[in-house]
Amino acid sequence: MTNRREIVSKVEMNRIEKLFQTKSSRVLNVYFTAGYPKLDDTVSILKALETSGADLIEIGIPFSDPVADGPTIQASNDVALSNGMTLKLLMEQLKDVRQEVSVPIVLMGYINPIVQYGIERFCADCAECGVDGLILPDLPMHEYLEVYKPVFEKNGLLNTFLITPQTSEARIREIDNNTSGFIYMVSSASTTGAKTGISEAQEAYFKRVNEMGLKNPRLIGFGISNKETFDKACENANGAIIGSAFIKVLGQEGDMESNIKTFIDQVIN
Amino acid sequence: MKIKVDERGYYGNFGGAYIPEMLYPNVEELRDNYEAITSDPDFKKQFDQLLKDYVGRPTPLYLAERLSEHYGAKIYLKREDLCHTGAHKVNNTIGQILLAQRLGKKKIIAETGAGQHGVATTTVCALMGVECIVYMGEVDMARQKPNVERMRILGAEVRPASSGSKTLKDATNEAMRHWINNPTDTHYIIGSVVGPHPYPEMVARFQSVISAEIRTQLKEKEGTELPNYVVACVGGGSNAAGAFYNYYDDEAVALVAVEAAGLGNTTGKSAATTTLGKPGILHGSKTLLMQTEDGQVVEPYSISAGLDYPGIGPVHAHLFETGRGTFYSVTDEEAMKAGIQLSRLEGIIPAIETSHAFAALKQMNLKSDDIVVINLSGRGDKDLETYIKWGKY
Repeated sequence: MTNRREIVSKVEMNRIEKLFQTKSSRVLNVYFTAGYPKLDDTVSILKALETSGADLIEIGIPFSDPVADGPTIQASNDVALSNGMTLKLLMEQLKDVRQEVSVPIVLMGYINPIVQYGIERFCADCAECGVDGLILPDLPMHEYLEVYKPVFEKNGLLNTFLITPQTSEARIREIDNNTSGFIYMVSSASTTGAKTGISEAQEAYFKRVNEMGLKNPRLIGFGISNKETFDKACENANGAIIGSAFIKVLGQEGDMESNIKTFIDQVIN
Repeated sequence: MKIKVDERGYYGNFGGAYIPEMLYPNVEELRDNYEAITSDPDFKKQFDQLLKDYVGRPTPLYLAERLSEHYGAKIYLKREDLCHTGAHKVNNTIGQILLAQRLGKKKIIAETGAGQHGVATTTVCALMGVECIVYMGEVDMARQKPNVERMRILGAEVRPASSGSKTLKDATNEAMRHWINNPTDTHYIIGSVVGPHPYPEMVARFQSVISAEIRTQLKEKEGTELPNYVVACVGGGSNAAGAFYNYYDDEAVALVAVEAAGLGNTTGKSAATTTLGKPGILHGSKTLLMQTEDGQVVEPYSISAGLDYPGIGPVHAHLFETGRGTFYSVTDEEAMKAGIQLSRLEGIIPAIETSHAFAALKQMNLKSDDIVVINLSGRGDKDLETYIKWGKY
């Protein structure tokens, strides 16, 4: 097992960095919740997303109390948990995913399930599955730097921090210094799934951050739901993240794979 | 002080600020300002004045003679039930509304379980003419109807939390989501010693007036500031934190925290966090938490909506871990009986939350020269329906 992990991390690490080396604009990151709509959909959703043209995929680890999420993602968390999804099961589902999927994969999750799983074990399993990065929104920066960072680095995992319109310039710099892979720009003061389009104030914020000359690429998320909002976000960042709108697609009737393809086509073309 | 919060908000291994970046500016603003604001003489003057003239402090320290006789020890009751609005919760909401005003916040949000914190928040918002929204689990709204109507009479909007298990933890989630969506003009008045730093310490300090008064009053009555025991019920733990606060370093004083065991700790229907929980992270702090092996938060159960919380304030987790606190848990049945007993012996119908503290007396092996102070955190008016439904009186 150890040998395999070494090979995996040496040969395939930094898929996220590679992505941004080859593509610096209109990068599409798509989020879905593991275990939704059905327990075993994880790998088929990943494959369908890759085929449809997603550049990066973010898998949400379901949690009983997702405070940063709006109703759509909350509901997907509830369904996933009642389907029986656990972090252990997710790791099993992802075990051979690198034989089928080559786009970078990021896991996003609230910290408690990861703490219970064990941070060393979690990172080692991520590396073994070929996960490239992590987004842990409620992990404080000092704890990341003191406890988590060495473990992430040992396992070749990049770490994304979030910024919001309220984040001060000094803190944006601090976050830029401690982020690897990409910065997650939350588009507005909101939970996920905000319905409104992109306002002038938001555009001003996108521009302000764009002009800061940060080291890391930036992806804009929250409220990105279609071609119009995706295009707008891409004007002032390297790309964007679609979450709630995609969860709604997964909840639609009909063939899931063709629904995914239709939706992604509409966004990027 | 031995029990002390550090710069990052930890009590030993527990506490901290585990929040998404969307909440960071709000929490940072509070953290950077609350000590300066609350130690300002004008703030203190206004806070003390309101506690005296509006809340009715100091609350009496009452020697409960018949209860004392029954248990064979000298038992004093700290009468927080006589506070305006019927419970200790208002000590904290007075403090936080004054703080919110000085931070320039125009709107207030709060979460509530039994409704006592909601009522206390709504009351101070009415007093100050500030807009107020209270999140309350749908399940709790049904079982604490009178408090829902009290909040509405006082002019607040009560918003049902219909996500998850529809109780206090979900009301807290909804309030946090509201704060994320309204970061600049809104202050979130958390009702217990939970949440991200600085809330647990800030709320404890506002409640510490309870133990400050106990010391003075006990000195007058007994010639000593130090009882053998201070007893309080614990859900999140704000009344306990207030009753313990000025005794943390007096090791001669046993700090007794009483949790709700619901139908029993082995039944899967309990809220006894120190018995059933393990370290975890919820609502912004690391604490003891009832959870599955996979780290999903377990829905607790207690007959008392105010103790129906899967976590516990980080300071209490620290008191438990270090052994400074003694923790008991009592069942619904034991608590209800203790509530009836206090009603019959002393003519005081306690809140069912508070009844849990009284039920622990039996487990304590008291000696005749022991001095016990029980924090009578709230009155039972809001619980009449539960008493009636229980029926055994």
